Amino acid sequence: MDFRFAPEEEAFRKEVEGFLRKELPSDWEEREGLVDFEEPEGAAFARDFRRRLARQGWLTMAWPKEYGGQAASPMRQLVFREVGSYWGAPGADNSVNQVGPIIIMHGTEEQKKHWLTGISEARWVWAQGYSEPGHGSDLASLETRAVEDGDDFVINGSKIWNGAHGNADMMFLLARTNTEVRKHRGISFFLLDMKTQGITVTKVPMMWGKSRALVTFDDVRLPKANIVGEKDMGWYVGAALLDFERSGVERYGRQKRLVDMLVKYGRETRYDGGTVLDRPGIKRELVDCYIETEALRWVCYNIASLQSQGQVPNKEASICKIFGPELLQRTYRLGLRMLGPLAQLEPGSKWAPLRGRIENGYLDNFGRTVGGGTSEVNRNVIAMRGLGLPRG
Amino acid sequence: MDFGLNEVQKMVQSSAKEFLARECPKSYVRAMEKDEKGFTTELWQKIADVGWLRLPFPEKYGGDGQDFVTLCALLEEVAKACLPGPYLSTVGLCGIPILEFGSEGLKQEHLPKIASGQRIMSLALTEPNGRYDAAGVEMRATQAGAGFDLNGTKILVPYANSADYFVVAARTGAGRDPGVGVTWLVVPAKARGITMTPLRSIAWDRQYEVVFKNVYVGPEGLLGGVGQGGKIVDRVLLLGATASSALILGGIQAALDITVEYLKNRIAFGRPIGSFQALQHHCANMARDVEGARHITYSAAWRIAEGLTAEREVVLAKAFVSAASQRITVLSHQSHGAIGFTTEYDLQLYTRRNKAYEVTFGDVDYCAEKVAELALR
Repeated sequence: MDFRFAPEEEAFRKEVEGFLRKELPSDWEEREGLVDFEEPEGAAFARDFRRRLARQGWLTMAWPKEYGGQAASPMRQLVFREVGSYWGAPGADNSVNQVGPIIIMHGTEEQKKHWLTGISEARWVWAQGYSEPGHGSDLASLETRAVEDGDDFVINGSKIWNGAHGNADMMFLLARTNTEVRKHRGISFFLLDMKTQGITVTKVPMMWGKSRALVTFDDVRLPKANIVGEKDMGWYVGAALLDFERSGVERYGRQKRLVDMLVKYGRETRYDGGTVLDRPGIKRELVDCYIETEALRWVCYNIASLQSQGQVPNKEASICKIFGPELLQRTYRLGLRMLGPLAQLEPGSKWAPLRGRIENGYLDNFGRTVGGGTSEVNRNVIAMRGLGLPRG
Repeated sequence: MDFGLNEVQKMVQSSAKEFLARECPKSYVRAMEKDEKGFTTELWQKIADVGWLRLPFPEKYGGDGQDFVTLCALLEEVAKACLPGPYLSTVGLCGIPILEFGSEGLKQEHLPKIASGQRIMSLALTEPNGRYDAAGVEMRATQAGAGFDLNGTKILVPYANSADYFVVAARTGAGRDPGVGVTWLVVPAKARGITMTPLRSIAWDRQYEVVFKNVYVGPEGLLGGVGQGGKIVDRVLLLGATASSALILGGIQAALDITVEYLKNRIAFGRPIGSFQALQHHCANMARDVEGARHITYSAAWRIAEGLTAEREVVLAKAFVSAASQRITVLSHQSHGAIGFTTEYDLQLYTRRNKAYEVTFGDVDYCAEKVAELALR
């Protein structure tokens, strides 16, 4: 048993922190958490920053060496992601976490050579084409069609809640290639160039001021070379994610940042002859959030520790997926309580405390318990796969 | 970073599981809840024979020299089995402080006998004021010749009726810091002037009020320096809170396991009720809390074992685990329906014990306040 990082991991933490301090804009403290990585300026910044991480070899550090990785240990990877998420810097994206691992597992040699090299260099920005306007948690019921026609597939349908409006170069998507079989068995996994004709991207504005995108396909032609894995087997390609050491530690990183921010604010902000911490109920809820954050930290670290030992932490990963986001939302609600009537002031407004970051984060984080599997779906997974309860 | 037990610790835990399954069935637990003594000498001797009583002590005192993590791993199993008796009190809360603060003579006198099962020790710290800290120590110890006269009342003294000695915190003086002026004494239970009254307590274990009236303790009973016992209070709280966290961890794991088993087998509305999402989500929430409780508990135990500062980690753990225990208790009962709170069913064994552990050595509010002092100021 050892609850410490190894000396080389501590040294690496310092190295990553030093890099971020140097490479992030000098006014990052003022902008952290509020930059829209999908709008032109933020998107350009994120793309450039990911390329700098790629040049450090950090972006895909956990991938095998032959695919542009460093075969880094899960713990080293954890350190990188924890620090990056604490700072709110752009980091590993869906191409690193999803597309790459899928291609490593299911791609042809040619696909690996092309796509993995490019992803490890942060060559493209990717949008995820999973959810559809009528199909979210029940993803396998998706309706976007891909029909074979000569050397191509022809795509019709739509995808929603993605970041395609943020200068996305590529989309990885699931589309139905067979309607004669059970719903899970007729889906294929594709890589689509977003410059292809017939694609329309529409912004869906969100209540926190940023947007997600609705992408519609009108006879979009996609070369057959861009299918990954077998035709009709895309559900198993897309769902069976090869998890390259994803401990979910970003959930701890951003949670810890928020708690630190609130502790500092609470103790430094004068209120009625004392501080905000002296307001009834505030200190206790903040302590509870702090305690839960510490527990979350070990839950995340444990996942990486198990992975280091070659184990596959399934139940633990699902627990992390409900633990982190629900705690984050609770902490944002506390943050608003700490601000009193000023809680309603938005970023950019005169008198907005903490740059309006709490108000904005409060609104922005409802999605955390929805995206990537709702908390309810994750609880089903914990109960049925983790604890062995019978299917309903 | 490695959150797993080492080979020795795993062996201790797995052999404890086997031993307890054999020697401490729930029928024994239930019988002891009604028994005046509260545990059997026979099982105490068996516990000595398998080495639990010598576990943390160095070889020179007849011990095995295992660390605090190993003790906590064992306590997890002790809690799952609901083992009755003064094990933690004797070994962890009296034995270890004697080892750490006692004179050579005191150690030679007590530790080998604890290790061999010949001596039962009971911690006498809490007083009717209900405080957890050194300020709660009001019992008077006045100099009498070379020794001390003790006057005062201790409560929640575990298994006092079986104890050979009490390890007592008393006050010989006062200062601005309530830790100043606390003096610890190891007092023979048969000393003249001691009277005991059984208390009825939620875990249905044996807890006592012990009244000391002009009880003379010779200088050989002194544990640590006169008036310097504040740090022993802190240490006992640190060890006790962590041990309690480990006990709760075992208890909530058991409550979850029992609930999952029940939901798999209980049929209602024509199917196992564990297939209903409402109940599945109760279980997922319990699993989340058990997972959180496990690592935060061992993060504290590990720091103690390594000799690192652990004040922060211990109160973090006790606060989290105690709150988790409250949530799990509610959900496990709600998942069971009425059967869960019948005495014939095992769940209530954990419900009652977990509550006792929650409020011992710092309850959730006390620990949360400590966290606030350490983290928010």
